[in-house]
Amino acid sequence: MRYGLLISLLLGAATLGGCTEGVLDPKGPIAAAERQILFNSLGIMLAIVIPTILATLGVAWWFRSSNTRARYLPDFEYSGRLEVLVWSIPAMTVLLLGGVAWVGSHDLDPRKPIVSTTKSINVQVVSLDWKWLFIYPEQGIASVNRLTIPVGTPVSFELTSSGVMNSFFVPQLSGQIYTMAGMTTRLHFQADHAGTYRGLSSQYSGEGFADMRFAVEAVPAEQFAQWVDATRNAGPVLDTQAYADLAKPSSAVAPFAYRSVAPDMFSTIVNAGMQADGSPAATSSMPTTHSMPMNHTMPQRAER
Amino acid sequence: MNLLGKLSWSAVPFDQPIVMGATAGMVAVIVLVLGWVTLKGYVPYLWREWITSVDHKRIGVMYIVLALIMMLRGFADAIMMRSQQALAAGGALGYLPPEHFDQIFSAHGTIMIFFMAMPFVIGLMNFVVPLQLGVRDMAFPTMNSVALWLTASGILLINISLAVGEFAKTGWVAYPPLSGLQFSPGVGVDYYLWSVQISGVGTLLTGINFVATILKMRAPGMTYSRMPVFCWTALATNMLIVAAFPVLTAVMAMLLLDRYLDFHFFTIDAGGNPMMYVNLFWVWGHPEVYILVLPAFGIFSEVVATFSGKPLFGYRSMVLATLAICVLSFLVWLHHFFTMGASANVNGFFGVMTMIIAVPTGVKVFNWLFTMYGGRVRYNVPILWSIGFMVTFVIGGMTGVLMAVPPADFQLHNSLFLVAHFHNVIIGGVVFGVMAGYNYWFPKAFGFTLDERWGKASFWCWFVGFYVAFMPLYVLGLMGMTRRMQHYDNLAWQPWLILAAIGAVIILAGIACQIIQLVVSIRRREELRDVTGDPWDGRTLEWSTASPPPAWNFAVLPRVTGIDAFWTAKHSPEAKKVQPALRRPYEPIEMPKNSPIGFINAFFAVVIGFALIWHIWWMAILGLAGAFAAFLIFAFRDEDETEIPADRIAQFDRRHQAEAAL
Repeated sequence: MRYGLLISLLLGAATLGGCTEGVLDPKGPIAAAERQILFNSLGIMLAIVIPTILATLGVAWWFRSSNTRARYLPDFEYSGRLEVLVWSIPAMTVLLLGGVAWVGSHDLDPRKPIVSTTKSINVQVVSLDWKWLFIYPEQGIASVNRLTIPVGTPVSFELTSSGVMNSFFVPQLSGQIYTMAGMTTRLHFQADHAGTYRGLSSQYSGEGFADMRFAVEAVPAEQFAQWVDATRNAGPVLDTQAYADLAKPSSAVAPFAYRSVAPDMFSTIVNAGMQADGSPAATSSMPTTHSMPMNHTMPQRAER
Repeated sequence: MNLLGKLSWSAVPFDQPIVMGATAGMVAVIVLVLGWVTLKGYVPYLWREWITSVDHKRIGVMYIVLALIMMLRGFADAIMMRSQQALAAGGALGYLPPEHFDQIFSAHGTIMIFFMAMPFVIGLMNFVVPLQLGVRDMAFPTMNSVALWLTASGILLINISLAVGEFAKTGWVAYPPLSGLQFSPGVGVDYYLWSVQISGVGTLLTGINFVATILKMRAPGMTYSRMPVFCWTALATNMLIVAAFPVLTAVMAMLLLDRYLDFHFFTIDAGGNPMMYVNLFWVWGHPEVYILVLPAFGIFSEVVATFSGKPLFGYRSMVLATLAICVLSFLVWLHHFFTMGASANVNGFFGVMTMIIAVPTGVKVFNWLFTMYGGRVRYNVPILWSIGFMVTFVIGGMTGVLMAVPPADFQLHNSLFLVAHFHNVIIGGVVFGVMAGYNYWFPKAFGFTLDERWGKASFWCWFVGFYVAFMPLYVLGLMGMTRRMQHYDNLAWQPWLILAAIGAVIILAGIACQIIQLVVSIRRREELRDVTGDPWDGRTLEWSTASPPPAWNFAVLPRVTGIDAFWTAKHSPEAKKVQPALRRPYEPIEMPKNSPIGFINAFFAVVIGFALIWHIWWMAILGLAGAFAAFLIFAFRDEDETEIPADRIAQFDRRHQAEAAL
């Protein structure tokens, strides 16, 4: 049918179109595994869906009232065998696919570290209105709207938000994960090829959302080391005051880096999200951008 | 203290030409319609016969009128979004600033779900269910009217937000903390919350009404296993409404408490947790999907059987599948946020449950297919929508199950792939369904069929337009484009977005064809007149009475001896003999009296909602007092029923029998 053709053309085009910078053009093991699962699931379902569509159109056409050659079976309303078939076809498909989903959820759990001989690096991510802050706790540096990582090295992320929820997403390297104030989520990925990849927030977060993008620079290990050294020698310091300034709403911020970061910056931000200022647990009061009178205290919650 | 709360002239966005243009257009249309109605002297008639009506058929029609109007409003939003995204590539910012664009996509979602799809399916159920059950009215006719007008109140409030103040800029799901007072201090979120709360009460009342009607009021002999499948799906849907809508009401009440009284259910600080909102919202939200689509499944079951000239294949399977969906729909909500960071076991469980719910849905598709098998399929407009649905919905179901695989969802969540998916099931399922139902039952409601040519043109425009508008969004999702972007820098996306905009224009042509179809049909109504009451060779009881049915539906309540009661009666040996119409035992019928309480109550609901949105406390108290007084006066009414004499019924029935026999 011509619409079937249209659909297959579009799906074909989707495959081609996806090859530029998208989900279908992975540059790391996690994204590649996710794409494989996507293809496997799609394949399993298409094996049922395409015959069903064709059968629907075929039956509807053949049994048109003007077709005198078609048999009229006005009492054909039940058949035990067909009922069994009708329930078992989708059930078998789902059985297979359910296995894919269950195993896939465990294999590609975002919390699960990537097994590698190379030591992983840690990055702490904070989503702010409307930009991204990346803290490198081991290197003691931080950058805004640009994530530089060494190629072939697993990257372990801890993520939170300064306020509104966002979703951290680098389509070519891995699936996304929410960033939520007062909570920490985890994600792991690795870039296998050097290059610049598109990163973004995929959870709508307000007026500046459309510009909430960042670039992921995957560079060879030596170049990464050079970048760390260069960053340590220039740029501002990320302390409480600098963070408060950064947290003020702004959008389309040009990337820049901080040469050093106050210790425990990330956990301070997470805790600030969780509790009111004035609580003894907070090392310093952490005014958020939209400060509200907050006079309540609450027990400290464990990090997720 | 300001007497008008937060309200002032600055609330009206005089500086925004698009908004003011739309407002002026809307006000002009309202003034023109009201003026025309008044000049023509239709006001007393409308008040007596429609506004105060407690007749389920008229209430159903009014629900559908509301839904059709809101479809135009929601579609205007859609066209604006599609054109904005087709333009705003690279450095271009389009013509809608973020502040306006964000309101548009929030309003589009809210309107299409709550004020288009819901009234449409509720309207169809209202019109059809009592007729199919072979009874004279709903269990609680006046409550039905109250529910309708509360829905209208919600609709009015959301439309006032266009002219006075603003609408939410949070997306239609309004997740905190973004929707909390801290990040959304304006009245937009309050408009959203109060309009949905008020109409939500109406929906809950409707749900209670239908469950009571279907469980307690059926024609003699209509056992559960003889109920038409549309009634089964209506029962399932309304049980879902009764179970799920209180959750929505509660979660919105908590957000209102956060916003109005400084509570901390969902705030970031002081122990609140925004993810509680997300969970509770989708505990309602996923059943809501089935609340919308189950009645559509019911419509397709009726249409496919009728136009194939065959009973529905696998009736029991269909009922079982419907009830399975009903139960399972409460066990899948977490698939809306696999990316929250829950454990692999949690994600795996909800992924598998989501797939299991696809099994009964798949069963239904196969059963419709076998219903057509061995039939004589007549290609009228309703069956076109049904076959279009079967093809389209299977694709939507497939992409849905794809996203039920958590690792795939990590990549596809929040992307345009997701947007394409749910439009694929909501347009391909719900909209195609209500369109099939609209064309199918229109002759029952008005006594003449809708024009076939314009109906077919409308279907093809919608069908082709849907594919042109949404297949590109699947592609864009795979290319990594996320939803709700006011502008973007990736020029590779633009051709696809232009294509999608063209698709939206084709759908617009489909909507235009529908309007033309209605106008043409009304003008040619004498040619299209159906006096038999059974234009499609129907199978269920609604086709056994006159079109339009009298207020009392059935002169004598039908006796049901099997599934497809009317078909059985038509084709039984006794039916071949002369109709014993003259000797039917006519009796006087007690019918509920019309009541203005629904309309009055809705008026006060608007007053209360508006006052609370703008913090005009005295007005809210006044509104509450008015609503309570109206309720008291209604509660102490002397009589609520009126008797229709047997003569009048006999006269109507004999005339119908004579006309039908010709």
